Amino acid sequence: MIFLSSPHQHGGNSIQLTMFSVIIALVPAAMVSVYLFGWLAVFLLTLCIGGCLITEYLCLRWMNKKTARVWDGSAGLTGLLLALVLPAAVPWWMALFAAVFAIVLGKQLYGGLGYNLFNPALAARVVLLISFPLHMTSWLIPMHAGATLDMYNFTTSLQFFFFGPDAIKQTWDAITMATPLGYVKTELTQGVTVTEALLHYNYSTLHAFIGREAGSLGEGSALALLMGGIWLMARHTISWHIPVSYLFTVALLAWLFNLINPDLYAPPLFHLLAGGLMLCAFFMATDPVSSPSSGIGKLVFGFGCGLLTWVIRTFGNYPEGAMFAVVLMNCAVPLIDYYIRPRVYGHKRRVPLS
Amino acid sequence: MKSNVIKLVQNIAESLHLKPQHSFAGGVHPKQFKRTAHEMIVDCPLPPVLIQPIKQHIGELCEPIVQVGERVLRGQKIAKSQGYLCAPVHASSSGTVIKIDDHIIPHPSGMGLLSIFIEPDGKDEVDESLHPLPNYRSVDAIELRERVRKAGLAGLGGAAFPTFVKLVQDQQHPIETVILNGIECEPWLTNDDQLMVEKAHEIIGGLDIIMHMVEANQAIIAIEDNKPMAIESMQQTLLGMGLEESVRVEVLPTKYPQGGEKQLVEVLTGKEIPAGRLPIHIGVLSQNVGTSKAIYDAVCLGEALTDRIVTVSGDALPQPMNMRVRLGTPIRFILEQCGLEYLDDIKVIHGGPMMGELLSSVDVPVVKASNGVLAMHKYSVMQAHHEEEPCIRCGDCGDVCPAGLIPNLLAMHCKEEKFDRAEDYKLFDCIECGACSYVCPSHIPLVHYFRFGKGQVAQIRREKDFAEESRVRSEARDARIAKELAEKEEKRRVALERKEARAKAAAEAAATNTISEKPQEPDVVVKTDKPEAES
Repeated sequence: MIFLSSPHQHGGNSIQLTMFSVIIALVPAAMVSVYLFGWLAVFLLTLCIGGCLITEYLCLRWMNKKTARVWDGSAGLTGLLLALVLPAAVPWWMALFAAVFAIVLGKQLYGGLGYNLFNPALAARVVLLISFPLHMTSWLIPMHAGATLDMYNFTTSLQFFFFGPDAIKQTWDAITMATPLGYVKTELTQGVTVTEALLHYNYSTLHAFIGREAGSLGEGSALALLMGGIWLMARHTISWHIPVSYLFTVALLAWLFNLINPDLYAPPLFHLLAGGLMLCAFFMATDPVSSPSSGIGKLVFGFGCGLLTWVIRTFGNYPEGAMFAVVLMNCAVPLIDYYIRPRVYGHKRRVPLS
Repeated sequence: MKSNVIKLVQNIAESLHLKPQHSFAGGVHPKQFKRTAHEMIVDCPLPPVLIQPIKQHIGELCEPIVQVGERVLRGQKIAKSQGYLCAPVHASSSGTVIKIDDHIIPHPSGMGLLSIFIEPDGKDEVDESLHPLPNYRSVDAIELRERVRKAGLAGLGGAAFPTFVKLVQDQQHPIETVILNGIECEPWLTNDDQLMVEKAHEIIGGLDIIMHMVEANQAIIAIEDNKPMAIESMQQTLLGMGLEESVRVEVLPTKYPQGGEKQLVEVLTGKEIPAGRLPIHIGVLSQNVGTSKAIYDAVCLGEALTDRIVTVSGDALPQPMNMRVRLGTPIRFILEQCGLEYLDDIKVIHGGPMMGELLSSVDVPVVKASNGVLAMHKYSVMQAHHEEEPCIRCGDCGDVCPAGLIPNLLAMHCKEEKFDRAEDYKLFDCIECGACSYVCPSHIPLVHYFRFGKGQVAQIRREKDFAEESRVRSEARDARIAKELAEKEEKRRVALERKEARAKAAAEAAATNTISEKPQEPDVVVKTDKPEAES
């Protein structure tokens, strides 16, 4: 008889349940992306998710692992997250490359699920951003934010997706716009104050919150992301530690510096709602595999993400820093896990001496 | 200054109820399945044969003191203690010893142990060597302790730690609070619950004996809020016995593993038992309610421990019940009494589902630690033993760990046999409650890895101790040989000196006598040879 150790009762949680909960939580954000970018969003989502699933299947086959693991939801989730962090302007081959990269180099080469150091979707996005800066920083004008042309219907989207702007007789300039973060950054270099820049951009907090600004697919609506994130926290699929400490750190830094010099530093609410912060705070930084295990470790991780995000946004070359911040903090996770441990019952010291 | 600030913050936090008053870190809320709640305790009939292993507690083995063919009475000692940490075994009914042989015992390894087989004669005659001490208040604590030891008491909560060891007065660590553990946080089990309903008087009587023995003036009976009848019964009995001033019933919200000694002490006193120490070091003594009743029986009625309450339940059992079972009754016999004859596709758990073990055979007997016997459908047990998947490092295990460990990393170190790292991650502070495995989405048998790790570390330590012992022994031998050699050398040196001195003296004598006499050289040669022959 095989020896089976206690306990003989189980709470019923599973990897599949966890992954599909996150996928469900991302449905509102995905729907907003379709609302903003029409068929283009549908193509990107399908390609990324499909690409990740097929790559995962092939990897598992090559490595003689159980191919049924494709359906544990992790590859699908990676695909979904990847699509949501990509700008709508990326062509099909770039999205496919990102999907393959995320699964092969981001996940399977480390040993598969549970062993990857970086969040696969974010790692793939970093590679794309560094390799193809033009496409990755061109932000299509969303459907409901003054996109004059009829480019989000099925055929035009398909042509654009496969053959680029030339195929629909457009130039990049005509169909793209700046994101609020990017616009403020450029204006600041020309001596314009933050307040003026926001005024010129016609920035509205409400629009940023419910989702009408340019950006990556899933970044559009802070509201949709918040809904999903809070639902996940309520279900205890993700713990509150990382999102709260992440967002709190960004808000605190922005508030402090905005207090010191409102001309140079953007206000906290702007930082919170802009760019990929919400998506990263609720869905990227909370990826269990690439974040610390303990509660205190998670707080430190969130703080580090927040600090780096704000520093890169304010002083860096890139207008958006959330993605880099999370990837950089991913590297620090083994260290955090080693040095920050909860206090063990009956012991006084928190941190090991060795 | 610093401590004042901390105190202030603590006070504010407490006033805002930020710090949970009655709680411990982590914990889970498993589904309860208390099918047998409020089922009256039923006496299990005598089985055709009682199988009594010579060790039913944590500690050292006992030694059988009866012969095959001998007639024994109920409560007669049949195996005596051989060490300090030991509880003797008594015959559970009157009958004849038919065999003394190895028999499988309820232990995860499925190991066998020397057991005494008794065929009951049905008369159930009682051995009266332990006379009742109803006026225990006038009896010396040391004598009462000896009585508890003689009666073979071991903790009936499931750990079976010899009871008398805890019941000690220590001048350095006076016991302030006695805790009576009626938590019963394991799902399915209801034996303590029902005992508190039916035998409240005896339980509190036992508590009074304990308080008298350790001279404690305060006691807490801790019960979870899912046992309203037990709470009611204990409170009423306390009032009836006029003990409501020194003993209080503490109702705690249901949470697993609240019944763990460390957790319960933390919940009730706010203090933690320092690592490697015992509750007595912080002035606390805790006993299970069943043990308390057994103490009452041993002292006031002069009865040795020959039976216990067992919850017989499980989703495959037609008639679940709380039973008073004689120690040594085969589990197969109990299951038959509850209407379960065919054991195809049924797994039997000894103890509760969270910490109990799956039995490889139902021929094992009920022992002092058996608080439950659960007959489960194979599929429902196998659901908990789903195939292991990779750890996704979600950290849920750490969130529910009552000991504050990081189970996923700890298990990884155990699995990779990096035991020094595992010890660094406080492997030995794990209480094996199973909360981590219960929540694990990857179905990793974390507790299994911890047990493996603990076993391996113990093995390594044993080997190290053995090597150390051998080293000391071998060094002692070397030293002895060196000493003997040195002594030999010394003797030789002394002899040589003597020889030289003699030769010198002879030479001198010869020199002075050269003219008159010839030197007698052969004589000298003979004498110098002598010391060497002696050595």
